[in-house]
Amino acid sequence: MPDTTATASELRHVAPQSFLRRYVFSLDHKVIGKQYLGLALVAVCTGMVLSWLMRWHLGWPTAAVPGLGAVSPTGAPGGVITPEYYLSLMTMHGTIMVFFVLTTAPFAGFGNFLLPIQVGAEDMAFPRFNMMSFWVTFLAFAVLVSAFFVHDGPPIAGWTAYAPLSAVGKDAGPGQAMGQTLWAVSIALFCVGQLLGALNFIATTLDLRTRGMSLARLPYATWAWFITSVIGLIAFSVLLPACILLILDRVAGTSFFVPAGLVISDRLQPHAGGSPLLWQHLFWFFGHPEVYIAILPGFGIVSHILPAVARKPLLGPRVFIACLVAIGFLSYMVWGHHMFLSGMNPFSATLFSVPTLIITIPATVATLLWIGTLYGSKLRFNTAALFCLGFISVFVSGGLSGFFLAQPSVDVYLHGTYFVVGHFHFVMGVAAMFGIFAATYFWFPKMFGRMMNETLGKWHFILTFIGVYCVFMPMHYLGLAGNVRRYSAFADDYMKGSIPLHQFITVAALFTGAVQLLFLYNLVRSRFRGPLAPANPWEATSLEWSTPSPPPHDNFGGHPPTVHHGPNEYGVAGRSGDYIMQASPEPDPGA
Amino acid sequence: MGKLFAVIVVVIAAVSTTIFILHTWWPPPDISVHGVGIDHELAETMIATGVLFVAAQLALALFVWQGSDARAGRTIKRFPGGATPLVAFAVVLVGIEILSLTFVGSKVWANIYIAPPDSGALHIDVQAEQFAYYFRHPGADARFGGLHPELIDDGSGNFFGLDPANDTTARDDIVSSSLVIPVNHPILLTLHAKDVGHSFYVPDLRLQQDFVPGLVIPLHFTATRTGKYEIVCTQLCGLGHHTMRAFLEVMTPDQYDQWLKTQAAQQ
Repeated sequence: MPDTTATASELRHVAPQSFLRRYVFSLDHKVIGKQYLGLALVAVCTGMVLSWLMRWHLGWPTAAVPGLGAVSPTGAPGGVITPEYYLSLMTMHGTIMVFFVLTTAPFAGFGNFLLPIQVGAEDMAFPRFNMMSFWVTFLAFAVLVSAFFVHDGPPIAGWTAYAPLSAVGKDAGPGQAMGQTLWAVSIALFCVGQLLGALNFIATTLDLRTRGMSLARLPYATWAWFITSVIGLIAFSVLLPACILLILDRVAGTSFFVPAGLVISDRLQPHAGGSPLLWQHLFWFFGHPEVYIAILPGFGIVSHILPAVARKPLLGPRVFIACLVAIGFLSYMVWGHHMFLSGMNPFSATLFSVPTLIITIPATVATLLWIGTLYGSKLRFNTAALFCLGFISVFVSGGLSGFFLAQPSVDVYLHGTYFVVGHFHFVMGVAAMFGIFAATYFWFPKMFGRMMNETLGKWHFILTFIGVYCVFMPMHYLGLAGNVRRYSAFADDYMKGSIPLHQFITVAALFTGAVQLLFLYNLVRSRFRGPLAPANPWEATSLEWSTPSPPPHDNFGGHPPTVHHGPNEYGVAGRSGDYIMQASPEPDPGA
Repeated sequence: MGKLFAVIVVVIAAVSTTIFILHTWWPPPDISVHGVGIDHELAETMIATGVLFVAAQLALALFVWQGSDARAGRTIKRFPGGATPLVAFAVVLVGIEILSLTFVGSKVWANIYIAPPDSGALHIDVQAEQFAYYFRHPGADARFGGLHPELIDDGSGNFFGLDPANDTTARDDIVSSSLVIPVNHPILLTLHAKDVGHSFYVPDLRLQQDFVPGLVIPLHFTATRTGKYEIVCTQLCGLGHHTMRAFLEVMTPDQYDQWLKTQAAQQ
C-alpha cells in the first residue's frame, strides 16, 4: 500500500480564479474530463451527420441532399454526392468516431473526471501532462477537420489508411494530397495526447490511491480505465511511429510502405523497397487493441452501474477483473485476423484465428456475469440501467457475429462485406455508445450537480435501442448476400436486389439520429434547469458519491476519505439502506 | 419499463433469427469445389451462434422481466452456484465450439490457401489497377512474357508492361478484360497490382484475396458450373473503387477453346 498522504498534500492546489486557468487551460482533472466530453460531443455530432450523408447516398444515390451543394460545391455539386466525396465522408466518419468519440468519451472523458475521485485522489498524478493531453487531442481534431477545407479535399483512404493509396500523394486520387497528410499528422498528434493520458491514468491508479483503497477495492470502472490505459500505452506507441513513417513517405520521399515499380496515374512512382503489409501490421497492431480501448471502459461502466441499479453485488467480481486482464493481454495477439486475405503467409491465419476465438471466452464470461447479476435482482429502471441492459443485448449480438469473422475459412466469404460493418458497429460502436449514454445518465448529476430528465431519457433509450437494431442487424444480411462495403453506389445492376434494404437502413439511421436530439435537448436543459442533485442520488457505493455534487476543486474538501469496503456492498440485509459506501467506517456485514 | 424492455428484446431476437432461418438474404449458390467446406463451416457457425444469441437474449429478457417485479418485501436472490458454474460453462461450451470450428475450418482454409495448385492447373496472370482487372493467358508457347512496369501504357493497351519487341514469349500472350475459364478445370491465378491495393472477390466462387503491390500472390480454384459471375474489388482503391468490376465467364471446354482461338487471332 503506497503512502499517499504526502503526495496528496503536495498536490493540493488552490482553485484558480482567472477564466483562462479555470475553464480553458485548467489543470483540474474534472474540467479536463468535461473538456474531453465536450470535444467528443462535437465530434460525435459531426461523425453522425457524415454518416447520414453516406446513408442518404446509399439509399438514393442520385437524389440531391438539401443544402449540401452550397456547403461543398465540389464534393456535392447541386447536392448530389460524388464518389470521391462519399469516400471522404466515410474516411472522416470512421476516423472521427473511432478516435475522437470512442476513445475520448468513455476513456479520456469519463476516466479523467471519475478515476481520481474513485481512487480518492485530489487530482491526476501529472496535472500538466493531463492538460497537454487534452489540448494536443483538441489540436489533432482541428487538424483533422481542417482537411475538409483544403484544396484537393479530405482524404479518401478510409480510417485504416492502407498504403500505398495513403502513401503516394495526389497521384492516388483527389483527397490523397494535403488531406491525407493532415490525416496522418492528426492521428500522430492524437497518439501523443493519448500516451500522456494513459501514463497519467496508470500512475494515478497505482500511486494516488487513498488510505484503504487496495487494488481489490478499486471500483470496476477504475479497473477498466486502468487496464485500458495499459493497452493504450502499448497501442498508441506503435501507431505514433507508424504515422511518422507514413508522413515521411508522403513528404520526405522515403519508401517505408511503397514498393518499387508502381505505376499510378500513368506515372512510375519514385519509390522502392517498401512494404504495404508493413503498414497493415503496424496499423492493426494498434487497431485491434483500439477496439478494446473503445469497449473495455464500457465493460467497466456497465459493471459499475449494474450492481447499483440491480441492488445486488456484481456476480464474480474477481472473475470479472480477470476477464478484463485476459482480454487486454489477448488483444495483442489477434491483429492478424484483419489480414487473413492480405497476402501474408496463409499459415499465420490459424495462429491469429485461435487467440481471436479464445478471446470470446473472457468476453462470454463477462456477459454471463452481467446476466447472472440480473438474476433475482430488484432492478431500478432508470435510464442508466436501461442503457446498461441495452449494452448487454447489443454486445451479445455484435460479439457473436465476430465468431464468423474470426475463422479464416468463413472470412474468405464475409471479409470486405457489410457483415463486417454490422459486426463492428454493434460490438464497438453501438455498445460503446450505450456505455457512454449509461455513464452520462448515471454521472451527470455528479458532474453538473443537476439531475437529467428521466422521462426523456427513457424515450431516448427505447427509440435508440429499436433504431440501432434496424440499422445494424440488416447489415449482417447484406453481408451474407455478398454485398461489399465501401462502395459509394452500386453501378449498373450490381447488387440491385439489396437497394431496398439499403433504403430501409437509411430511413432507420436518419430516425435513430433524429432521436439523439432528445438526448441533446435533455443534456442542455438539465444542465441549466434540472432539479438539484443530492450527493448520492443512486444510492451507490464508490467514493464519488461520498462527496458533494459537483465535487469541490480538490474533490474531498481537504479531507481525503479512508476506504473501508469494496465497491460491491449492495443488497446488504438487516439494515435500513441496502448498501454500504466504500468510505463508510461501519464494519463489514459479514464480520 | 422493464417488461417493455424484455418484450422488445424478445421481438428483436425473434425477428432477427427468423430472417436468418428463412435465408431471405443468403450467399448465392456455390460454384466451386472448395466452397462446400466454406458453406458447411458457415452453416455450423450460424447454428452455434444462433443458439447462443437466442439463449442470451432470452435469459436477459427473462431476468429483466423478473427483476421488474416491484412488490414490496421482495428480496434479492443469488445466482445458483455463483460465478464458478458460469465460468465452467463458458470455458467448456465455447472451448469445444472453438476447437471443433478450428479443426474443421483450418482444413478448409488449408485446402484453399496452403495446398499447392493442381499440377495441371491452367495458369492465368492477373493485373489489377485503378479501376479494372486484366487477365493474361500465356498463349501458344505456354510461357508468359516478362513484366516491365516502365512500359505499362493503358492508352496503347499494354496493361501488363509487356515488351513484345524484344521478348518473344510476350508476343503471343492473350490479354482480356474478362476472366474466361473452362469448367471443372483447376485454375491457378497469379495476382499483381499495378498501383495500389485491390482485391479479387467472387461471392459465387467463395473466394477472396487481396492484390498487394510488390507481391505476386497465387490463388487456385476449380469452378463447377458454367455461367457469368461478377468479380468485384473489396479493397478500397480510390475514387472509382465501386466501379472496379469484371466478369468471370465459366465455359464448357469447347466454348473455352473456341474463345481462346478467337482471342489469339485478334491479338
